[in-house]
Formats: sequence, structure tokens, C-alpha cells
Amino acid sequence: MTEPIKTDILIIGAGPIGLFAVFELGLLDMKTHLIDILDKPGGQCAELYPDKPIYDIPGVPKCTGASLVDSLMAQIKPFGPVFHLTEMVQSIERIGEPAFRITTDAGKIFETKVVVIAAGGGSFQPKRPPIPGIEAYEDKSVHYAVRKMDVFKGKRILIVGGGDSALDWTLNLAPLASHLTLVHRRQEFRAAPDSVNKMLALAKDGKIDFVLGQVSAVEGEGGQLKTAIVKRNDGSSVAIACEAMLPFFGLTMKLGPVANWGLKLDNDLIVVDTEKFETSAPGIFAIGDINTYPGKLKLILCGFHEAALMAQKAHRYVFPDKKLTFQYTTSSTSLQKKLGVT
Amino acid sequence: MPKITYIDSAGTARSVNAEVGSTVMENAIKNGIPGIEAECGGACACATCHVYVDEAWREKTGEPSPMEEDMLDFGYDVRANSRLSCQIKVTEDLDGLVVRTPERQA
Ligand SMILES: Cc1cc2nc3c(=O)[nH]c(=O)nc-3n(C[C@H](O)[C@H](O)[C@H](O)COP(=O)(O)OP(=O)(O)OC[C@H]3O[C@@H](n4cnc5c(N)ncnc54)[C@H](O)[C@@H]3O)c2cc1C
Ligand code: FES
Repeated sequence: MTEPIKTDILIIGAGPIGLFAVFELGLLDMKTHLIDILDKPGGQCAELYPDKPIYDIPGVPKCTGASLVDSLMAQIKPFGPVFHLTEMVQSIERIGEPAFRITTDAGKIFETKVVVIAAGGGSFQPKRPPIPGIEAYEDKSVHYAVRKMDVFKGKRILIVGGGDSALDWTLNLAPLASHLTLVHRRQEFRAAPDSVNKMLALAKDGKIDFVLGQVSAVEGEGGQLKTAIVKRNDGSSVAIACEAMLPFFGLTMKLGPVANWGLKLDNDLIVVDTEKFETSAPGIFAIGDINTYPGKLKLILCGFHEAALMAQKAHRYVFPDKKLTFQYTTSSTSLQKKLGVT
Repeated sequence: MPKITYIDSAGTARSVNAEVGSTVMENAIKNGIPGIEAECGGACACATCHVYVDEAWREKTGEPSPMEEDMLDFGYDVRANSRLSCQIKVTEDLDGLVVRTPERQA
């Protein structure tokens, strides 16, 4: 068994609220580890709208999703949070009063005094394309990710999409497949120009087929795909024989494992109190978009407030014998020392 | 106020009076027009406000921006007259605009 990683606080989700929690907890001397399924910190701000403007961060008239994340990362740097990215938290097990053992899908194990769930709208997962009846083929012949390339050896493959994932897998799987078709609705791609050029070269040499259009229907039996119907842009349809289909339609948020942690939920949101933002399980807190209480607003500024109050109670769990005195960062030399500004 | 008509995939038409400067998506949501979801609230980040612009109006609504085209990749049954309704701003010129909603949103 792998040696557990020990920490004061484990934060599930590195969205803006998980990041700011590091700051509030850090000011009170608590050490944090963060886990996120994305390959970067920032949650929705980083994944869904990095370049779009935000106008309602108090004291910041205008920033973007990406610049807010950059600022938060700079703000929490003094506290040395440890990030575990591209990992999904699978289970939480109580091992003390309070103390928890957390397991990720990558097999990492954490032992923590307090858990802070900042899971937002849930974990980011591949989006299901709106093709009628596609559910019946999922995991059997329709795949949203490639785990083992071998599975696709000698098969007739259909890849759908125009982003980096679609292009990368087209290039990687083309030598393995018995036949590969890439379907995308237009000539322009949202991918690295180099990959696009390589793909076009393969198509020119007849090594793959590139079809302009959209998959409108799938046919097969018992989960095994046989044909995909592609509607071309001129309105005509073409049937493409295939044994495996890989649609790449971006990411969407799904609640995921959060639902299985035995916490009181209301409409897929975690119920908390408004004094400490603690869940029905003492020692487990929920802040940001994932929680609900009377009057809840899914705004970044509300999540920041929740993080500050949560940290007060978390301190009592982590340091039961220490007394907390209220201090301002403006005037407290001890806080300034922690921030490295004196 | 300019009038906008939304026709759903079954052919039912619903008309609303829209404020100049608002978006075609916002007026659908405000008036409970079915067939438009607008999950991201108009940030051009979800493609669930997809509509087909009536041919007679295409010139006036204009073409999608490159960012909007990228997002349209995630739509269902995207056609030459497809737009994301959160990216169409209502102007006096658009009085009488007709858009159709697709069979399903992404
Ligand atoms: C287009 C758009 C525009 C917006 N504009 C504004 C605005 O102007 N002002 C404003 O205040 N708010 C705005 N919001 C809302 C704001 O982005 C959210 O309120 C904010 O992101 C919530 O932060 P969070 O940290 O709670 O969750 P998120 O940002 O959702 O982050 C949660 C993270 O947790 C991870 N996660 C979940 N479950 C697991 C698990 N089991 N294991 C590992 N990781 C997990 C997810 O992968 C995700 O990265 C906007 C949202 C969108 C989509
Ligand atoms: S509302 Fe999300 S793209 Fe228009």
C-alpha cells in the first residue's frame, strides 16, 4: 500500500473558492493540499471562460477568468499549497473525530484532519454529443477518452470533433487503425496548426478520411457500433462503417463521486449551515458553488466569504488547544510574517 | 420595442417585445420560451442557446464571430444559418426577427 500523505486540510477542487480557502486557512497556520481532476487550477474560470471578463469581484473593477486565477495563485503562494492535478477524489472515510482518509482514482491516499469540499458544479467530464441513442454504445464502442491504444488496433475508427483531443488522437491512432475517419463540421479547427497540417497531409495521402459534416445518428446492436450516419454540410448524408467512435465535444460538469459521500444533499448540492459552512458530517465543510443554504448565490464573492468563516471553525478542529484572536493583515505583524511581507 | 418571433421544432411560434441592447437569448429566457437553455448565462461558453436565423434575416444579424464558430462546434445539427442567440444583440433594425430553435440543445 502507498504511504498516506498527511495534511491539516484537504481541499477537493482547485476552483477560485478552493484557492482562496488556502489563503484564509494559511493565515491561521493550517497546511493545505488540493486535488482537482483538471490539469490546471482555476475550475470554471480556467476551463470555461479564461478570456471573458468578470466585473463583480469586490475592489477589482475588471479582470478575466484567467487573470483572477493568476492573482489568486500569487496571493496564496506564501502558504505553499500542494496541488495534485488530473486526479479525482473517489472516497472519504472517517478515521477519527475528526480525521479522514481520502482516496483518489490515481491510487493516492491522504490522511487529513479536515476536509473542505470546493467541488463547484462537480468534476469536469467529457460531454456527451447530442446524438440520439448514443448512450447504449458508451464504454462498449463509443469512448470519450483513450486509456489503452491497443483496444483500437485493427479497428475501423471514427473520430468526431475539431479540437486538440480530436486531432491528437487522429494522429496517434491512424497508424494502428484498419481505417480511420475524422468528422468535423467545418474547415477551421480549434487545435494546434501543426496537428491540423499533419492531419491534412494524412488525408491527402489517403491514409485517413476527413469528412466535413456532423454525425446525426448511430446504428448497431448490443452496444456494438456498426454505422454512423454523417450529415454533410450540403445536406446529403453518408453512412460510415465503424467499430469504434471517439467523440470529443469538450467538457461539462457532473456531480460525480460527491453524491456518494453520505452527506445531506438538496438538489445535488451539499447542505451547509451559514455560520461555519459545515456539512451534515462534522469536520467536512463545503464552500463555493457546491453548497446550498437559504439565500445562496453562486457567485465568486459569496464563496470567498464562506471560505473565511469556514477557516475559523476548521482551526478549532486542527488546533483544539489554541485560541484564535481576530487580526487584520494591515496591522498584524504576525500575519504579515506569514505572508512574507515584513 | 422590436418584436422577435421564436419558432420551435414542432412549428409553434411565440413572439415577444425585446429591449434594444438586450440579446435574443435573454429575451427567450425572460419570457420562458422553450427550446433555449443558455446554461452559461450568455458568455458564449456552452452552445445551449443555439438558433437558426430565418433566411430573410441573415444579412441583418450578421455572421458568427470566430469565438462563436468555435462554440458552435458543440451544437446539434448546426447549419449555415446557425447562431448562438446570446451573441445576437437586439437593434431597431431587427424588428420582426424570426429565429427557429433546434430539436435539441447540446
Ligand atoms: C461563463 C461563466 C461566467 C461566470 N461569470 C461570473 C461572474 O462574472 N461573477 C461571478 O461571481 N461568478 C461568475 N461565474 C460563476 C463562477 O465561475 C463560479 O461561481 C465559481 O467558479 C465557483 O467556484 P468554485 O471554486 O466553487 O467551483 P468551480 O470553479 O466549479 O471549481 C470546482 C473544481 O472542483 C473540481 N472537482 C469537483 N469534484 C471533484 C472530485 N471529486 N475530485 C477532484 N476534483 C473535483 C472540478 O474539476 C473543478 O475544477 C461564471 C460562470 C460561468 C460558467
Ligand atoms: S448562453 Fe451559453 S453560449 Fe449562449
